[in-house]
Amino acid sequence: MAAGSGGGPADRGEIRRHPLRNLWRLRHYLRPHAVEFSWLMLAGLAATAAGIAVPLVAQRVVDGPVAERDLAGLFQLAGLALLLGLAEALLIFIRRWVQSSSSVAMEATIRDDVYAHLQRLPPSFHDRWPSGQLLSRITSDLSVLRRFLSFGLFFLVLNLVTYLGVVVLLIRLHPALGLLVAASAVPLFLIARRFGRHYHAASRRMQDQQGDVATLVEETAQGLRTMKAYGRGPQLAARFAASTRALHDTGVAKGRLLARTAARLDLVPNLTLGIVLVAGAAAVAAGRLTVGQLVAFVSLQLMLIWPVQSLGWIIANGQEAATAADRIQEVLDTAPAIVDAPVTVALARSTIRGRLRFEAVTFRYPGTTTPVLRGVDLTVEPGETLAVVGATGSGKSTLLSLVPRLHDVGTGRITLDGHDLRDLRLASLRRLVATAFEEPTLFSMSVWENLTLGRPDAGEDEVRAALALAQAEFAYDLPWGLRTRLGEQGLSLSGGQRQRLALARAVLVRPAVLVLDDPLSALDVHTEAAVESALKRVLRDMTALLVVHRPSTIALADRVALLEHGRISAVGPHAELLATVPAYRAVLSAEPAAVPHPRLPAGPPTGGFPLVRS
Amino acid sequence: MTGGTVGDGSSPAQRAPGPAADPAYWRGVAPDPHADRSLAEDASPEAVARLRARSRALLTDVLRPHRARLGAAVALLLAQNAAAMSGPYLVMLGIDRAIEPLRAGRPGPLVAVAVSFAAAAGIEYAARRGFLTLSARIGQAVLLDLRQRVYAHFLRLPVAFHERYTSGRMISRLTSDIDSIAELVDGGVESLVMAALTIVSVAGILLWLDLPLAAVTLLAFPLLFWLSRWFARASAAAYRRTREAMALVIVHFVESMRGIRAVQAYRREPRNQHIFASVNDDYRQSSQHAFRLIATYSPGIKLIGNVTVAAVLCYGGARVLGGDTGVGVLAAFLLYLRRFFEPMQELSQFYNSLQSATAALEKLAGVLDERPTVAEPGRPVPLPRGPLRGAITFRAVSFGYRPDAPILAGLDLSIPAGQTVALIGPTGAGKSTVAKLLARFHDPAAGTVTLDGVDLRQVADAELRRTVVLVTQETHLFGGTVAENIRFGRPEADDAAVEAAARAIGAHDFIAALPDGYATEVHRRGGRLSAGQRQLVAFARAFLADPAVLILDEATSSLDVPTERLVQHALGTILRDRTAVVIAHRLSTVETADRVLVLDGGRIVEDGPPAELIADGGRYAALHRQWRDSLL
Repeated sequence: MAAGSGGGPADRGEIRRHPLRNLWRLRHYLRPHAVEFSWLMLAGLAATAAGIAVPLVAQRVVDGPVAERDLAGLFQLAGLALLLGLAEALLIFIRRWVQSSSSVAMEATIRDDVYAHLQRLPPSFHDRWPSGQLLSRITSDLSVLRRFLSFGLFFLVLNLVTYLGVVVLLIRLHPALGLLVAASAVPLFLIARRFGRHYHAASRRMQDQQGDVATLVEETAQGLRTMKAYGRGPQLAARFAASTRALHDTGVAKGRLLARTAARLDLVPNLTLGIVLVAGAAAVAAGRLTVGQLVAFVSLQLMLIWPVQSLGWIIANGQEAATAADRIQEVLDTAPAIVDAPVTVALARSTIRGRLRFEAVTFRYPGTTTPVLRGVDLTVEPGETLAVVGATGSGKSTLLSLVPRLHDVGTGRITLDGHDLRDLRLASLRRLVATAFEEPTLFSMSVWENLTLGRPDAGEDEVRAALALAQAEFAYDLPWGLRTRLGEQGLSLSGGQRQRLALARAVLVRPAVLVLDDPLSALDVHTEAAVESALKRVLRDMTALLVVHRPSTIALADRVALLEHGRISAVGPHAELLATVPAYRAVLSAEPAAVPHPRLPAGPPTGGFPLVRS
Repeated sequence: MTGGTVGDGSSPAQRAPGPAADPAYWRGVAPDPHADRSLAEDASPEAVARLRARSRALLTDVLRPHRARLGAAVALLLAQNAAAMSGPYLVMLGIDRAIEPLRAGRPGPLVAVAVSFAAAAGIEYAARRGFLTLSARIGQAVLLDLRQRVYAHFLRLPVAFHERYTSGRMISRLTSDIDSIAELVDGGVESLVMAALTIVSVAGILLWLDLPLAAVTLLAFPLLFWLSRWFARASAAAYRRTREAMALVIVHFVESMRGIRAVQAYRREPRNQHIFASVNDDYRQSSQHAFRLIATYSPGIKLIGNVTVAAVLCYGGARVLGGDTGVGVLAAFLLYLRRFFEPMQELSQFYNSLQSATAALEKLAGVLDERPTVAEPGRPVPLPRGPLRGAITFRAVSFGYRPDAPILAGLDLSIPAGQTVALIGPTGAGKSTVAKLLARFHDPAAGTVTLDGVDLRQVADAELRRTVVLVTQETHLFGGTVAENIRFGRPEADDAAVEAAARAIGAHDFIAALPDGYATEVHRRGGRLSAGQRQLVAFARAFLADPAVLILDEATSSLDVPTERLVQHALGTILRDRTAVVIAHRLSTVETADRVLVLDGGRIVEDGPPAELIADGGRYAALHRQWRDSLL
């Protein structure tokens, strides 16, 4: 697959392979439970046999001991019926008990595996796939699979066995009529096949739409404040209504398809029965068949009705499982684009000097044509702090994301102490590099857990020191101190507080290379100054690459690089650039641009804006 | 020296408290005791019973509009069943009445039987198809109704609710919980009606056939009842646990996918996997437990049925031997007895689905029961019309996110219409809280916030949102194009207006340079736009909304200095005749304000025009000096 990341969820019409192929590929999840499965199949078949035997014994009681007035025989046979009845219940119990553990265990294993795989896939994959689509795969799709494995598959086998058994008995009873019944399998097969095809498409559509609905819900939850701020509830509700309406329509269409097929499937044994009745009656009249034989034949044939009636449901269940398997495999088949090379080096923190070098680095996001970086050359010396400055959207954050290999460079290379980043073991590289992102990502977990993201073994003193450095001691004043669970995305904290926690988290890693993306943007002037002075001391021991917007933060940097049009156009100490590079001054200057700035439009019309109604 | 210790190694003795795998440890302690559930979900037996009743009421309520259709479905089902039952009867008729005439050369009766048979098959086909179609329609309509009701309610619930409930849980309610209701809806009606029908009619036949034997059969009923009651209690608790366990799986999944950059950059994968495996295993265990209950209940029913058959066999046989009843009656009784217990299995399955669906319905009912505390007024007061609108007053406003930690205590503040006010102060001073109260994300605990003299609690939501817009630092872009995202501010705006808004704040250039210009899909949460670009789009959105009161909470923090300057220039024009509250750490915005308020500890400590405050040499003057020095 292209770039190893595959297409987004939008690529839904791929080349048709066998519809059951992906379901079959999941068989290795069944393997650990193979013994259990054979047991439950056996128990299930035996239970069915016992279930059939009970009325036969009852019939024999009536025909034998009761008719012959044999009390002892009556109790014997009644005892047998009781035993069979107990055995049936016990066997059903065994089947369902075994099933209850193996099917949920399989479901849990697949879920773990999908999650593990998703964690390996690069951010570019996650940018394309809404998490609602991923979520529906590990919830709805997996329960469909579980249902198929615990019921659909079992009844498929049981019904086939029953069907074949009955047909064989029928043929032995009366070859001609028996073959007639056997021939009724042909229309059944044709109906089932046609249904399978149509249902396959419908069930896939339904699952995709379920993913869409999940995506919408997730997005709503994310954008809730924006929605509230603009009072756009009705608009979102309308969008959700459209999406759920589509799901509803697919559900109804699916139901209609199933209704039509189930009714048709039902019609076949009924009509066969009618033909058997007419032909049988004629045969009896002609003396080629006894009435007793005809009765026996018909009552056996009646046993076929249930297996056929449930056929529609089983096929539907199977098709749903097949498309669910497709959707799960789509994720599992996506190869992680950013992985360890066959031969990798692991560097120890102590051996690292920290010379970070960008050599003719280019980069463009997958699916776009315009490169963001067009040949970046830049060296950050060991222990140096380098700030990257550039206009909004110039690619600063992209440049930073290449260092922990969240994205890989297009051409060119990035080296750390001379090693190409791609030659380093990923885990080792990410241990050496700590990143604080522009938007601090916090999880709804304890403050402690959020802080020790990259250093699970950090001690309390270290955490305290990191919090002090980031001026984030407010964490101790939360109701439960560091054990307090943060609100989701840390939204119960202010922007500045979240940013300081994210900074503390990065510093706590004690990285060789610290990457900070506009780390102090939400801090007030006073706090910023305090953080800066503390940060300065820490930065002495490590190489640091920062993105900054404010001149005040630049004070942290030894040198500054100006990123313009995807290239580094100037590097040097702040004062020097300020004096010699007009573009640099323009990017940082608060004065209305004296130097023409490329991003500056012709200037707002002076007569007010047409959009503003006054 | 604080910074130094970070670089040092620390002794292993100073380890984090608690075992790492313990969820109570990694999840932390929620400040709100109701963090994991809606208020109605309480552990007390009364609360459980109340919620259960409410969930049943919800089910009845969503089914009510479909009464006629349900009736039709049941009628079709009965027709189908009657047609299906007539099959064996017609076979009997054919054998008993048609063979003799056929031997005599009269095919008439056989033809009649064959035609009736074909007709019955036709009726069965039509009725079955009709029933299945209809029940799918009803089921899907119920699901649609539930989804939309719950979604709409989620939108109505205040920000405070969502902050504690988490988005993962909201997603769980609207996906996984609805799925488990769908399982009931898919096959429920058929099995319930058929089973009830068969059991009642067969019970009648049994009583009519032989009263003493029927009495023996009835002895099974207390056992059935006892078993079902056990199952009802145990499975209700089990499925409730399943729903909660699933919600945790979803919460963890959604958050770790959303934060995948941080996860990967900090090599968090193994720990995440560990946590996921543990919540996943919790779910596995809880659903295994629930499945084991039905795995016991269903064979239990079977066992009672089979034992009853054996008992009837003995007793009935003895009665026949004693001459109290006929062989034929016993034979018939045994045949019908089987048909009596078979649907019990179906019924137990139905009961199981009902229990599972009810647990899910309880969760939904709990959400629906949640009162929107920041509610729309019942009788809204219209805002006065006039050229200059947007006067804001805070009167003795107190507020805190937690009762024990007040942020604002008796804040008084008056902003005349058209004034641009800058709010400054250290983090945690309550600046954002003022903004949120003004945008009515929360209602004050005491005191009032009024807009043009009208209490915000009395303003209709639509009117309030038309008048007041809050732009925050967190810029959310919805899936769709850039143009659609800007148009979110004013849905009826045309393309020209959208572009004009973008031009006004200097976002046009970068948007035009995108692959599809304004029609570029922003993808998931604006994946491909930088934070600054997203802020520009959010700004354009706010400008397009054209409110009388604009609140900017750190809305320019990710912009580079010249772009910010551009935005401010635009602001200067745009804010001229509207009220604005600006929160910014960068004081460049503040300079253009008419008035500066310095907030500390929830109180206004300085208030006046910027020039005056600088002259007074207070806090603002100090901050201003610091900021001036930081500029080029």
